[in-house]
Amino acid sequence: MPLIEIRDLHFYRGDRAIFKGVDLDIYRGKVTAIMGPSGTGKTTLLKLIGGQLVPDQGTIMVDGQDVHRLPHAQLYELRKRMGMLFQSGALLTDISVFDNVAFPLREHTNLPESMIRDLVSMKLQAVGLRNAKELMPAELSGGMARRVALARAVALDPMMIMYDEPFTGQDPISMGTLVNLIKRINQSMGLTSIVVSHDLEETMAIADEIYLLSGGKVIERGTPDTLQDSSSEWVKQFVEGLPDGPVPFHFPGMSFEDDLLNRKAVK
Amino acid sequence: MRQKKSTEVTVGLFVLLGMGALFFLAMKVSNLSAFNDEQGYRVTAEFENIGGLKARSPVTLAGVRIGRVERIELDPETYNANVVLNLYASFDTLPTDTAASIYTAGLLGEQYIGLEAGAEEEFLKDGDVIELTQPALVLEQVIGQFLFSKAEGDE
Amino acid sequence: MGTIQRLGQWAIGTSERLGRGYLFLMAILAGIPGSLFRFSLVIQQIYSVGVLSVLLILISGLFVGMVLGLQGYNTLVDFGAEESLGVMVSLSLVRELGPVVSALLFAGRAGSALTAEIGLMKSTEQLSGMEMMAVDPIRRVITPRFLAGFISLPFLAAIFSAVGILGGYLVGYGLLGVDDGAFWTQMQTKTDWYDDILNGVIKSIVFGFVVTWIALFEGHDAIPTSEGVGRATTRTVVHSAFAILGLDFVLTALMFGDV
Repeated sequence: MPLIEIRDLHFYRGDRAIFKGVDLDIYRGKVTAIMGPSGTGKTTLLKLIGGQLVPDQGTIMVDGQDVHRLPHAQLYELRKRMGMLFQSGALLTDISVFDNVAFPLREHTNLPESMIRDLVSMKLQAVGLRNAKELMPAELSGGMARRVALARAVALDPMMIMYDEPFTGQDPISMGTLVNLIKRINQSMGLTSIVVSHDLEETMAIADEIYLLSGGKVIERGTPDTLQDSSSEWVKQFVEGLPDGPVPFHFPGMSFEDDLLNRKAVK
Repeated sequence: MRQKKSTEVTVGLFVLLGMGALFFLAMKVSNLSAFNDEQGYRVTAEFENIGGLKARSPVTLAGVRIGRVERIELDPETYNANVVLNLYASFDTLPTDTAASIYTAGLLGEQYIGLEAGAEEEFLKDGDVIELTQPALVLEQVIGQFLFSKAEGDE
Repeated sequence: MGTIQRLGQWAIGTSERLGRGYLFLMAILAGIPGSLFRFSLVIQQIYSVGVLSVLLILISGLFVGMVLGLQGYNTLVDFGAEESLGVMVSLSLVRELGPVVSALLFAGRAGSALTAEIGLMKSTEQLSGMEMMAVDPIRRVITPRFLAGFISLPFLAAIFSAVGILGGYLVGYGLLGVDDGAFWTQMQTKTDWYDDILNGVIKSIVFGFVVTWIALFEGHDAIPTSEGVGRATTRTVVHSAFAILGLDFVLTALMFGDV
């Protein structure tokens, strides 16, 4: 049974339809990627899974529980088993790296400080930043901040992690490090990972399954290999990075000729 | 959370400073230090007219403050004002024929009760009544009396 | 019809904000038992909100008191009543200027700082992050700050009044030759603990409640961009000023209306 089942998801922001009937399955132990052009609501999807947003229609089942029917306390219990890596890292800026990673441990467990110290060191070691534990978030580079956030996300040994655009804006070295980490952590800790991204190469390198979203629907689903061989125009444009195709280059509206002529006519 | 010791200390100092300010206001600025009511004893005095006397107005003897007015009630039978005085326990040697009058401090100042000691050998106790009272001066009545006597004098 | 439409929209928008603000307040109050349990968080906030405002309060209080001394003397001397300077200074401060001015200064310094801090946390997704870590951001971040403001302001107001009175004394006795004894004794007789000082304290408690609430709400409700946070801080100061002065009128009428 999939860890996460999304059925017939509809979500509107104002008048705009973000999701118009989306079905998704996330399987345990696998890295599932959700990709698509910018603005297709990928981050929104993560917030829906985490219960921060409520769908207008449809259900989201996580580990057999309907996220949006859960009472407050149970929702919070469920969240303890979910790790989330935000695009900016979302570290608490007024406390050190160590305290950031220790945060979930201190809030949700009664472990003694000595144990917490060891756990934090282990998590930081996994992401390669154990010796940075005294630094403040402001002193970290973007890539390092994300790695600390990753250490924090796995602090409570969750059953799944959601990555919101982890590769965006990273230099090649940080990118490589992160890609490596995501895959390694998923395997060594037996996690389920959901990666939301539009960075093709990196995501294709680690994903076991990819969902391609556009226009509020799933337009393709498959392994990185099947996607490469797909016949769909959408997929081809996305995979090959073509400037024009089903997602148009020109913002829809008046044609160029009419525009110029109109202006000439007014004069 | 690394709670710096210095933070806690400064917060403690802040609270002390605030309480100190309140204490200063209470003791040095307000009339709180004059509130020793628990050990006071109460006597009543009846006045025809209390003028501008209020609750908490001072009660003095030879100009020295020995208590305050606790409350003022209207007597429904005599149509006079019953004033309850709360006197400091340390001044318990007031003769039972002490007189109470209502004076004004300065020309336009507050009104207060001035006591004049009598000659009796027994002293006022809690619950006693001061028999001799003089009402407040009402300016209009004084002027009226003055004019009246002047008119009489001219005849 | 455009004006009426806009007026209607404004009215609806304002009611919406008031509703959100009220619900926000309920959430804050619900978080109080939890925050009292983690009192170290509150203490940390009292430091940043209260302790760091003390210098501002001390200096402002001193100057306000000194000006009161000067101006009061100038007015009273015409009536030959300069000995009542002490009373004038103390009543003005304790009843009005202490609570009100310290609340206004607090809104400007601590209130806007709170708004900016919360707004920034919102825009860097720290609040979202906390939610996803199953930590209620209201209980952890907002309520301790609320308690800190609520506790600090009455102390700050008392400090303001006390320092102001000393300032008035410095000017009156030190500079203008008002009689030392008369200054203090008249003040002590006429300043009532219950009617004047405690009422002033009650005022500053009410102000602390309202100003901190406004500051936290504006930060929490801000649009998470740099422009949005900037506007939120301005709103905090402006709305706090209105609230303080309006409430001051209401409270004064209630407390001192029928003396």
